[in-house]
Amino acid sequence: MDGFPMLKAAALAALLGVGVAAGPTAATAQTTLRIGLAEDPDVLDPTLARTFVGRIVFASLCDKLFDIDANLKIIPQLATGYEISDDNKTITLKLRPGVIFHDGEKMDAEAVKYSLNRHLTLKGSFRRSEINVISAIDVVDPLTVKLSLSVPFAPLIAQFTDRAGMIVSPKAAEAAGDKFGTNPVCAGPFRLVERVAQDKIVVERFANYWNKEAIKIDRIVYQPIPDSTVRLANIQAGSLDLIERVSATDLDTIRKNNRLKLSIQDEIGYQGMTINLANGERAKGVLGQNPKVREALEAAIDRNVINQVAFNGEFLPGNQWVSPVHPFYQQKFPVPPRDVKKAQALLKEAGVTLPVSFTLMFPNNPDQRQVAEIIQSMAAEAGFDIKLEAAEFASSLQRSNKGDFEAYLIGWSGRTDPDGNIYSFESCKGGQNDGRHCNPALDKALDAARAASTFEERKKLYEEATGLVLAARSHVYLYHRKWFVAYTNRLQGFTQVPDGLIRVQGLTLN
Amino acid sequence: MSRYLLRRLLQIVPTLFVVSILIFGLQQLLPGDPALIMAGEERDPIAIQEIREQYRLDQPLPVQYVYWLAGVVQGDLGQSMRIKRPVGELVLEKLPVTLELACLAILIALVIGIPAGIISAVFRGSIWDYGANLLALWGISVPNFWLGILMIFLFSVHLGWLPASGYVSPGESLIGNLASLVMPAFVLGTGVSAVMMRHTRAAMLQTLGADYVRTARAKGVGEPGVIIRHALRNALTPVITLGALEFGTLLSGAVLTEQVFSIPGFGKLVVDAVFNRDYAVVQGVVLVTASAYILLNLLADLAYALANPRLRSGTT
Repeated sequence: MDGFPMLKAAALAALLGVGVAAGPTAATAQTTLRIGLAEDPDVLDPTLARTFVGRIVFASLCDKLFDIDANLKIIPQLATGYEISDDNKTITLKLRPGVIFHDGEKMDAEAVKYSLNRHLTLKGSFRRSEINVISAIDVVDPLTVKLSLSVPFAPLIAQFTDRAGMIVSPKAAEAAGDKFGTNPVCAGPFRLVERVAQDKIVVERFANYWNKEAIKIDRIVYQPIPDSTVRLANIQAGSLDLIERVSATDLDTIRKNNRLKLSIQDEIGYQGMTINLANGERAKGVLGQNPKVREALEAAIDRNVINQVAFNGEFLPGNQWVSPVHPFYQQKFPVPPRDVKKAQALLKEAGVTLPVSFTLMFPNNPDQRQVAEIIQSMAAEAGFDIKLEAAEFASSLQRSNKGDFEAYLIGWSGRTDPDGNIYSFESCKGGQNDGRHCNPALDKALDAARAASTFEERKKLYEEATGLVLAARSHVYLYHRKWFVAYTNRLQGFTQVPDGLIRVQGLTLN
Repeated sequence: MSRYLLRRLLQIVPTLFVVSILIFGLQQLLPGDPALIMAGEERDPIAIQEIREQYRLDQPLPVQYVYWLAGVVQGDLGQSMRIKRPVGELVLEKLPVTLELACLAILIALVIGIPAGIISAVFRGSIWDYGANLLALWGISVPNFWLGILMIFLFSVHLGWLPASGYVSPGESLIGNLASLVMPAFVLGTGVSAVMMRHTRAAMLQTLGADYVRTARAKGVGEPGVIIRHALRNALTPVITLGALEFGTLLSGAVLTEQVFSIPGFGKLVVDAVFNRDYAVVQGVVLVTASAYILLNLLADLAYALANPRLRSGTT
């Protein structure tokens, strides 16, 4: 079924702003890439934004100081390099010359200083906590910025590979204030044309982009389509060229369609269970108070079965906050196999009355429900009586925050640096430590890993941290998702990076 | 008549006031802290506190309500927390889409429902009657989202005739606009047409048995004339009332259909806003919809009053 009948062609041509009667020739036709998103992004302001889907759109609008490659290596983007002082408390950034913003203003050291200051001071900034170790920003020359840190902080450069590293036009940002997100002006390969909430975001090629040779598409239309079946139908019908977050159960349909290609990449996040150890009254049950009970629970779970049954074996079972293929994965602590006898023995040793009863809360969606049911059934064989409680996502988040849970099935989308996957969840004062696990020895190891500068040093420190977290079982990590992206075979040059974003450099549409 | 109008207009004020309290109050019953939801994964306590202050979520509920009401009275419905755009602007952006979809759906419902109802009543007990009833039962029973997905697979994926989802504004392309709305309008329209068919059938059966119809027949009026001019005309009154009510329901947003076809109307806006606890958007949309209902109700009452003088004095 190649090509579309007239009606469809007319609609599409109209969408592209091309007259049907004019009949654009191949040489002059604009290439428009239509991307189906799983949600409607939030505000498109790098300082205030917080959704994953928003980051996908930013990948075409706002370049960052640094980027990551498929191996999670940090590579230059708006900055060409950096130097770290011997005491690890000063970072000097060298900027790329000849970069201009969408409004024609120069991207220079002053703009970097302005943007970082904006992240640090704008009301409601979600970037502040990511870079608040910066105590001073000095412009050395138009292409050099010196950052002074209050404490050594190894993950800082990795933070600049995401929204904290996005540099905005000071002139536009100053004029727009907190409305900047309605018309973001950055230095990315595309500039915003229009946004119709819940309908589409249209961006067009920025002619003065610093790396314009890499951009071979004229327009991108992002369309939020929350239902994965409808997203799939759209790409099958040819109404979209690329869809993100394809459901694991739809992969066969895509593999069998010779007009579509599938790209798979391991995520940098994790999925698992948070256990309430010390957050309010609901931490006082045997699960929260007795480490042996938690150990028994983990022994009762077969992560491979979860992966096979709920996700057709497409995901990656895991037991740490980074996946088994991540450079920071600790081989010393492999994924434990299921051992029901051990689980039963542990419960006996713990001296608890059987069955051990607790409630597992999960956000109400089919995947999480299935995982919860599998856990319930496996744990029952060891002597657990798990009550399942589906909660709407917003409510579950609030209850988790307040400590109104015993165990909570939840995940984390992940950050480039492993610190972003563990510090705020496990350190005593971590903003997202909903289970309130607190171990000064763990804090010490995590702080030391932040201050250490070499990979080897940090990996060693994380080994210690991993041992402590896995022993406490404040989180029982279960599996790591994969990013499934389906795209038309007319699209060439698409590669994925573990952060799951859709990079537009090097893409061509035939 | 003018006194009647004035009295009805004055009644709107307390009604809207009660509606505004209900909208505001009911929403607060929803569990989930908007600032926490807004933070999502980025749960920086300082940023969350700043959001609470910025949107006055840290203030007592009555204070929040008064601020909101003061804004509404001045024509300011507030700002979306999620995308930082004025709610009034979002409502104006979505209203034409929802209106267009509702009009098309009602049109489809009328075109299918009324003739089917007439045929069913005229040929009562025949295969046509059973067929129309079966169709009506199907129309009522089939869930919109399921029919929507089936249609997408048939007309977009398999046949490639129509765009699978999304919306094209008439300004961009009239054909594209119709192509993008025909499936959702059909899905919505068939549901309504089933109800309309049943009502038309019942009303027609009643009028066809009435004395004046018998008289018309006795006077030698032809069967088509009896059905169209005498029976249908009188049978249509309750059907039109039903149509107006169904239209009102469609205006409040065809949630599932809009979701399946990615039509950016009221339904999609309000559902996303509820899940994201974007209070200002929910309040704004519900208030506008409620006002539209009240206004439509008033217009209907005025129309009745024009037709029946006894209503004007309120002495019925």
